[in-house]
Amino acid sequence: MALLQPLLPSTEISEPDVALDSRNRSRASLILRRVFSTKRAWIGSTVLGFIILWAFIGPYLYQWNYLDQDGLAFSVPPSASHWFGTNDIGQDVYAQTLIGLQKSLIIGLIVGPLAALIAGFVGATAGYLGGMWDRVIVWFIDLLLVLPSLYLLVLLSPLFKSLSWLALVVFLALFGWMVLARVIRGQTMSLREREYVKAARFMGVSGFAIIRRHILPNVASLLIIDATLGIGAAILAETTLSFFGFGVQPPDVSLGTLLALGSGSAITRPWLFVFPAAILVITVLASSLLGDALRDAIDPTSGATNE
Amino acid sequence: MSEPLLVVDNLSVTFSNQGKSVYAVRGISYTVNKGEFLGIVGESGSGKSVSSTAVAGLLPSSAHVEGSIRFNGRELLGLNDRQLSEIRGSEIAMIFQDPLSALTPVYTIGQQIAEGLRLHDSKLTQKSAEARAVELLKTVGIPNAERRAKGFPHEFSGGMRQRAMIAIAIANDPQLIIADEPTTALDVTIQAQILELLQTAKEITGAAVVLITHDLGVVAGNADRIAVMYAGKIVENAPVLPLFRTPVMPYTIGLLRSMPNMSDASTTRLVPLEGRPPLLTTRPTGCPFADRCPAVKAICRTSEPPLAQVHSPTGERHVACHRADEIVAGTLRRDEIFPIPAAVPSSEKSTVDPDIVVEVTDLKRTFPLTKGAIFRRRIGTVKAVDGVSFTVRRGRTLGLVGESGSGKTTTILEVLELAGAESGSILLDGVDTATLTNKARRAIRGNIQVVFQDPMASLDPRMIVEDIIGEPLTVLGAPRSEIRRKVANILELVGLEPSFASRYPHEFSGGQRQRIGIARALVVEPKILVLDEPVSALDVSVQAGVINLLEDLKERMGLSYLFVAHDLAVVRRIADDVAVMYLGRIVEYGPSDLIFNEPRHPYTQALLSAVPIPDPEVEQSRQRIMLTGELPSPTDDIVGCNFRARCPLYQLLPDDRKVLCQTDDPAERPVLGRQVACHHAESNLLVGQ
Repeated sequence: MALLQPLLPSTEISEPDVALDSRNRSRASLILRRVFSTKRAWIGSTVLGFIILWAFIGPYLYQWNYLDQDGLAFSVPPSASHWFGTNDIGQDVYAQTLIGLQKSLIIGLIVGPLAALIAGFVGATAGYLGGMWDRVIVWFIDLLLVLPSLYLLVLLSPLFKSLSWLALVVFLALFGWMVLARVIRGQTMSLREREYVKAARFMGVSGFAIIRRHILPNVASLLIIDATLGIGAAILAETTLSFFGFGVQPPDVSLGTLLALGSGSAITRPWLFVFPAAILVITVLASSLLGDALRDAIDPTSGATNE
Repeated sequence: MSEPLLVVDNLSVTFSNQGKSVYAVRGISYTVNKGEFLGIVGESGSGKSVSSTAVAGLLPSSAHVEGSIRFNGRELLGLNDRQLSEIRGSEIAMIFQDPLSALTPVYTIGQQIAEGLRLHDSKLTQKSAEARAVELLKTVGIPNAERRAKGFPHEFSGGMRQRAMIAIAIANDPQLIIADEPTTALDVTIQAQILELLQTAKEITGAAVVLITHDLGVVAGNADRIAVMYAGKIVENAPVLPLFRTPVMPYTIGLLRSMPNMSDASTTRLVPLEGRPPLLTTRPTGCPFADRCPAVKAICRTSEPPLAQVHSPTGERHVACHRADEIVAGTLRRDEIFPIPAAVPSSEKSTVDPDIVVEVTDLKRTFPLTKGAIFRRRIGTVKAVDGVSFTVRRGRTLGLVGESGSGKTTTILEVLELAGAESGSILLDGVDTATLTNKARRAIRGNIQVVFQDPMASLDPRMIVEDIIGEPLTVLGAPRSEIRRKVANILELVGLEPSFASRYPHEFSGGQRQRIGIARALVVEPKILVLDEPVSALDVSVQAGVINLLEDLKERMGLSYLFVAHDLAVVRRIADDVAVMYLGRIVEYGPSDLIFNEPRHPYTQALLSAVPIPDPEVEQSRQRIMLTGELPSPTDDIVGCNFRARCPLYQLLPDDRKVLCQTDDPAERPVLGRQVACHHAESNLLVGQ
């Protein structure tokens, strides 16, 4: 292969008269085409798309509200009137699952990208500034890494019990960025030695502008991947916390609270547990599949692109 | 007469990759006689390496090889790997460009030579193989061969590794040595040593040598015959003297005229070969050189000329050109094929007062050498720059030359930082950079800009050209419309289309990218341009265009250049003054003509005489001053003159005069119109060049 190297770049140089946007588009479309050349990506994105649509449109097409109690049906199994059955106090499980799914999805879609954003900014700052700044930031990252985040969240839960569920979102993001930040830091340290970064520095471009203009776009692929993979992870983290009663608080519902409520009767009244659990598994799986496909498309060395 | 040693007949190599084919070599034929020295010359991507790798049977499996390769009357194509292995290493030996990756890092050099010996001679015992390995290392001039044989590749310097490679190559008395760019990664002084060693190896073994290179200068002094390759074909094949004297193929003519020649002080402008080689992803329909050839005719576009024998007054040769007869007959004159680009008319030249714009006095820069992972201990100091002083005047060019590790790059980085110096002072326009406030530093940035070596690495691949060139302007807070206008103007100035502004760097060729780099540096109208090896990453034919551009810009805008390069021929072209650096010091500093014509410091003399000159007659009559050994480590504390260990003059001195070199560190002092740091500069009678 090494022999091919001197020859291949010339094939890459394109015909000279291509306008900017078509080039830009073709670059993006190249990556998109690579992403969707895999089955995983198709399955992942289609399923995720359906789940999102379903979670947000579904409740409008259904007769029961998630807080309504049907006085005529306490813990009935799935039927034509209550698709997923009802719980002990006559609330409709289907309506509750959809609302819970909404909440979990929103949390996932905010936490994943937010954590990636924090990671990108902190990692790039540490890597670019180096020296004392780098040491302090890395020390802080390591500190957060050794602290068990679940334990901390449990400790802090009284605090966000009094706040809205958005506080939970912020806390989840605050504990989910460290590993990626270290990766970004390493990348930045090698990018910093690139001549175009040096050139910008000798032009007098400020450090912040260099990070924004040269470093972040060049690590963007990593950030995008991690944001996608982070969605699934955040949903799971929220579910775990809520399951133990430290996350989303009633009357709000999430997949986690539903699972917590349903777990006690998983054997006797399985519809209370099985439906939310299945939807959780499908959602996390779909977002992970999409994230994996993205990573393989952007980083050809990461493994099997061809299935 | 018997058949030549190697007969390559109609050899084609095609690489297939995901349904796309790259026609790397398209039907080439050549022969190598016993004991002959053949040089294969071509630009990157011309197929020169692929063709000889095919001879050694080392191509990857994705390559599709056709034609015939006969070695000693035996057909090599179609042999399996086992059969080939018997020939490789014993009858055909290869020397690669990068000796670090060609040697296995986990075995000692001695073991690797012994392995080569025992593979092809099973009767040899391990002990006698090792003894022979030591002997071979001595032959290739490695000092302390017994001890060095037990050393690992990483303990060897680049030049030493290449020597070890040659030792492995000649171990089994091969009949053919293929050397693929063996000196490209090395400094000139080491390159001269290796080339000489290659000649010695050829004499010892009586082998034929095929030397592949992009540098016409390297083959001029060594080769008997030269084959010029272009776009996967041999376009001219001739004995060395006629090829350089009376080249026939326009590509060869252009290549020779685009090369700066160090021995020639003339100011005629270099002739750039515009354009770039065709992509090898399709088979060209006409002559592949047609697009770049000024003497193109209609027939050149429609049919590819075959490599045909041409009778010329200077002997037989093979040329692939439709107009070869006209060129040989003289009806198409060589010097008229390529028009010499016009110089800047004097009305457009800007006149400037020669004020001092950069003044560096006694600059020092050291780096601590630390050991230990947790508790860092300082175990030594690297003196990267050790007391350097120079000045650059407006409208003048100072060339900073020296081997790698001499501190050139560190020096310019110190100047560019605008943050004062560790010791000594750096004055820009009379202002000491150590005294600048952050605000003043940002304001002064616009006066000094930099162009880096690698035009690919210095342009952010994710930005379009307009944003890249406009970046220095954003620092000054220029409005968007003004940036757009200035970028368009500057693109025109460096010879690019203003419409290129919306493209990405990867769409450009190397020369164009370097022009973008220059445009970015010039857009803020600096007074000083720092050029860090600006042409060394470019192909020769493209180099000339960039050199001409730099010359023009200097004259039009009254720029000052601080020019760092290891290629002395380029420095001679462009520099008004030259400072020669050795181990962090300037050893000779003065006007360019004076230093190139009559160097006084023995290091300068050796450096100049190591540069290959693309002229076989000059090469053969030249007297070389060889430097022994390599650059000492900058961590060493050397008492007396730090060049002593390698100094050719020191070895000739009588003992009583050597004492001075051993005890006193020579300071720079004026000698015959320049500064020289040598005790015996006046009485230095070594022949230069």
